[in-house]
Amino acid sequence: MASATVSTAQTNRRPPLEGFRVVTALVAAAAPLALLAIVVILAQQAWPAITHFGPRFLVSRVWNPVAVDFGALPYIFGTVVTSFLALALALPIGVGVALFLAETSRPRLRGAIGIGVELLAAIPSVVYGIWGLYVLAPWLYRHVEIPLNDRFANVAIFSGTPRQTSLLTAIVVLAVMILPTLSAVSRDVVRAVPNGLREGAYALGSTWWETTWRVVLPAARAGIFGASVLALGRALGETIAVTMVVGNRPDIQPSLFAPGYTLASVVANEFTEATGQLYSTALIELGLVLVSVTLVVNVAALLLVRTVDRG
Amino acid sequence: MRRQRRLARDLLFRTLMYVAAAVALLPLSLVLAYTISNGWRAALQPDFYLHFERPEGIPGAGVQHAIVGTLELVGMASLIAIPVGVLAGTHLAEYRQHSWASWVRLAGDVLVGTPSIAIGLFAYAVLVAPFHHFSAFSGAGALAVLMLPVVMRTTEGALLLVPPGLREAGLALGLPRWRVALQLMLRAGAPGVVTGALLAVARAAGETAPLLFTSFGNRRLIFNPAEPMQALPLTVFHNALTPYKDLQDQAWGAALLLVVLVLIVNLASRFALRRQLALAARTG
Repeated sequence: MASATVSTAQTNRRPPLEGFRVVTALVAAAAPLALLAIVVILAQQAWPAITHFGPRFLVSRVWNPVAVDFGALPYIFGTVVTSFLALALALPIGVGVALFLAETSRPRLRGAIGIGVELLAAIPSVVYGIWGLYVLAPWLYRHVEIPLNDRFANVAIFSGTPRQTSLLTAIVVLAVMILPTLSAVSRDVVRAVPNGLREGAYALGSTWWETTWRVVLPAARAGIFGASVLALGRALGETIAVTMVVGNRPDIQPSLFAPGYTLASVVANEFTEATGQLYSTALIELGLVLVSVTLVVNVAALLLVRTVDRG
Repeated sequence: MRRQRRLARDLLFRTLMYVAAAVALLPLSLVLAYTISNGWRAALQPDFYLHFERPEGIPGAGVQHAIVGTLELVGMASLIAIPVGVLAGTHLAEYRQHSWASWVRLAGDVLVGTPSIAIGLFAYAVLVAPFHHFSAFSGAGALAVLMLPVVMRTTEGALLLVPPGLREAGLALGLPRWRVALQLMLRAGAPGVVTGALLAVARAAGETAPLLFTSFGNRRLIFNPAEPMQALPLTVFHNALTPYKDLQDQAWGAALLLVVLVLIVNLASRFALRRQLALAARTG
């Protein structure tokens, strides 16, 4: 009887809460707190615009600081078009690089490509911006926009007057910038595909490509989708490089050669010059829209990539 | 016949994979080549480092104010972000099974993907608007938010490379957890932790968007962190968009400085990380 009491007392006793664990847990709270604070503060700052314009803000095409009437649609259009097309452009190359990094048996070549892709991620956004503006934009104008416009002027996406700073330039710059995210995450996913699957396919007489296309890529599908969503999140929020090459005009035009504008770019360009409460709060509301969208996109992507890593 | 078609298709897609890898390297080499060829002339002049901005057309202008500003901004941001990030990363590595750690990890990964322009708006609302004054302090605050998750996650990664036997040995000797974590684990993982901190510094040094409405920029050399301050990325951004050739040259020169900084840090970190991996392979 007595011994039983002693043993329950012992099992019930919790380990003492260490001071170290509590302190570091509180320090670690900085990351979630920062995230929470960003959303809450932006929502609070944008509140005058949110209550004044209501949901109409998201679908209105007007952006008139003089009449104090603001709508987000041209910016949402520009952000969505540039990001999704950049993803479409970068995805095949990113998957190709991922396969190369995960599957080739040439360690030296693989190492060189790996370093190259990592450096691509490290180059500052503003350097892509100045390069895009002075090198890429004139090249695309001369060798892509003018020829396509000459031949296919009646096709909507190639119509209008070509411009150096255009949606197309922004798309190409963004595609370059999201390539490292895309290929690094996809590489990890492809590597995580169990080798037994590959060996099984080879044993049945498949070539490398048949193994990759019918076995490896289907097994890695969810993870590659996660990598794409993650890259999409990066593209949506990219600011400076896009601001320098997208043309900065809040239009909604079908042509890829027309200038556009994105959520992040308009905030970067106009926020310090915004006069009057509604103007600056409208810009903050654009920032809030951007943060909310990227938040959802990122959480979804991380959950996708994580489940793949575990499985 | 069929077999040949299958083999041909295999060869085709193998080639395409090589092509994709080559295409991925193309932009990197183009960006490097153009930044060097357009920037070296400005970056090799002593005036570039010895003077600050002058009115357009007057020779001898430089970016000294931007170099000093970047050092000061990133230095102040590091003073906040590195200690907090390293301690937070230690928590993630030491208590990795707990649910709090997985929440922090998720928040950190989401924070890495949060648009930097939004972090700039946040810093403006918290650190600029209440004081009615742009300042280097607020810019450093924005950069710290940006650096924090990077330092935290790389610290965690570095500590995970340390053989767990070390922790067990320390605990078996009766050392308190904080001594095991800080004096054994963190010391053994130091190369990786330093690498992570350096990568975060390089990333912060190249950021423009969070500085636009916080540090704002300045035409003169300023040391006082309560004043608006110039930074190299701001120089690139503003000067590149002017129509003046000499200001554009300065922008390319400043871009070259940023690229050189990033390249050195990344290659050095690769070296440090390789040492850490070799150490882990030998002892683990």
